[in-house]
Amino acid sequence: MAAQGAVAARSGLRSALPLLAPAYLWLTVAIFLPLSAMVFFSFMTDLPLTGKPWAFTLGNYAAFFSQSLYLTLLLASLRLGLEVTLWCIVIGYPAAYVLAKVLKGRSREAIFLLVILPFWSNGLVRIFSWAMVLREGGILDTALNAVLPFKINIDLMYSYPAVIIGLVHSYVPYMVLTCYLTLQAIDDSLIEAGRSLGASRLQVLKRVIIPLSLPGLVAGAALIFVPVVGSFMEPRILGGRTGTFYGTVIEDQFVAVFNWPLGAALSFILLAVVLVILAVASPVLRRAA
Amino acid sequence: MRMPDLTALLTATAVFTSALAFTAQAGEVHVLNWKGYGADEPWAVEAFEKATGNKVVNDFFNSEQEMLTKIRTNPGLYDVVMINAAFNDQAMAEKLIQPIDTSKLANYADISKDKAGSPMLDHDGKVYGVPWVWGLTALAINEKSFDKPPTSIAEMWDPAHKGRVVIRDDAVEAVQFGAIATGQNINDIKDMDAVKTKLTSLMPQIKTFWSSENDWNQMVASNQIDIGTYWSGSADRAKTHFKLPVSLVIPQEGAVAWLDAFSIPVGSKNVAGAEAFINYMIDPKFYVEWVTKVGAPVSANTKAVEALPEDAFNRKVMGDPEVAKRIQFQAPITDAQREAYLALWQQLKVDVK
Repeated sequence: MAAQGAVAARSGLRSALPLLAPAYLWLTVAIFLPLSAMVFFSFMTDLPLTGKPWAFTLGNYAAFFSQSLYLTLLLASLRLGLEVTLWCIVIGYPAAYVLAKVLKGRSREAIFLLVILPFWSNGLVRIFSWAMVLREGGILDTALNAVLPFKINIDLMYSYPAVIIGLVHSYVPYMVLTCYLTLQAIDDSLIEAGRSLGASRLQVLKRVIIPLSLPGLVAGAALIFVPVVGSFMEPRILGGRTGTFYGTVIEDQFVAVFNWPLGAALSFILLAVVLVILAVASPVLRRAA
Repeated sequence: MRMPDLTALLTATAVFTSALAFTAQAGEVHVLNWKGYGADEPWAVEAFEKATGNKVVNDFFNSEQEMLTKIRTNPGLYDVVMINAAFNDQAMAEKLIQPIDTSKLANYADISKDKAGSPMLDHDGKVYGVPWVWGLTALAINEKSFDKPPTSIAEMWDPAHKGRVVIRDDAVEAVQFGAIATGQNINDIKDMDAVKTKLTSLMPQIKTFWSSENDWNQMVASNQIDIGTYWSGSADRAKTHFKLPVSLVIPQEGAVAWLDAFSIPVGSKNVAGAEAFINYMIDPKFYVEWVTKVGAPVSANTKAVEALPEDAFNRKVMGDPEVAKRIQFQAPITDAQREAYLALWQQLKVDVK
């Protein structure tokens, strides 16, 4: 039986190979090779393409530990990642619930479209539109002052909240989509059974809906947390004076001073930290899944 | 693959490769410069091509380091490269650029003597860079916020402008600005602690760090800032081309000046074309058109500046001998200095978070 199973598995793999090959070839060429080159660079004193002599060194990694500013920035970026993820859950989860369980037919399609819309616009366009809305004398400021009887001054531009707003707007669709998929898969009769056995709405939410939709919640959180920790465009444009984060420092190394080795080393430290966080969280994630 | 397909593919590849091989032939001038910086103006390229029969192929860089890497890794590709005078020394030492026979450049004689004889561009009696334009990193103000323009750099620290001050996100520029504010020589900063203290006290004043001309102009257009560091050419462009209430202030404490020059890389396949292009770039006719249509820094060619109207900013303000006394030209910076400046700048930005 076991041998037969193995044979079946092997022949299954053989027939699957032509289907898998393009994806793996693509991953090798487009991701694995450049990433390996970056690992290589991160251990060098200088880039070979600059024509200067170079040697292997651990100095780029040591730089992270010798200066407190990198650690400070990494912690700030992790905090940013957590806050953005939290806001995405607060905003995205109820929206996903309404989409999956309340709305039907046309209205569901319409709302869905609105959720996906940010995905279809360019990231920079989104950020610059926020810049128009958030600044003093901008759209939000003008609109509120036109409606409210008293004068308020809204200037959120170039501040930490502006960075949060911009990032949440960019990433909330991930949360809505992943939660929608798991929420939709919950059988309505489970909810009805809970209700008919005397559970309150809150109890049903806590004991039935949230546990069953947890995999979506976790997947969405991971999809959001990881890129936000390394983000640099939103903080740079919306953050102003407070917009220095771990991602912007990496960008500086690549763009401003052309120090690819240090930039690469900082990136891999970030990757390691994120992997450690996901590994520590994985028992929880596995139970959830 | 069936046979006809293969043949077609091979033919296509062959055509493609020969097209690539063709790109570096004589008759073409490959120019490496910042994007949108004179050499790629369509009207200028057209006029030059018509006059000389050479075809101009533009390529761009985003930082001086990238520019050096491009010449290092593509020997023989470029014929003309625009190098900031502070980097000319390094390019020459690495044998990336060749001496220029200035007798082939009719306009070279008109270049002001202090620029043409700059020790940053001339080595062992040979000319490695032809001065093109120069400008200042000084202050610019939003005219709506001032009754009369300030004269001192201390205005940036005035509590009245708290949250309405900008500075460029550039370590070298920030440190040199700090050196001027503390009365030091930008090329020989003795008291780095004083610079750090001075910049630390500036940070709470700052609204944001600008990185492009567009950032600056938008913030003035929406009246979000009062004052900040700015480039002289950009301030001129903001005023004449975009009609913004911007004026340049050259503080009494001084300002940072930079000089941009053209060089010919070692291995250029079209030196004659390169010489013709450089000569065209320092020609008064090109310069006047550039200033009028787009706005530009100050030409190193005295005849070109004299061809501007008498009250033109680049002639009246930048040509003022009083201004010449106050400004300090940027000298070469070592990699170690650059990294130290960046470390200081990043620390300042983290401390203010």
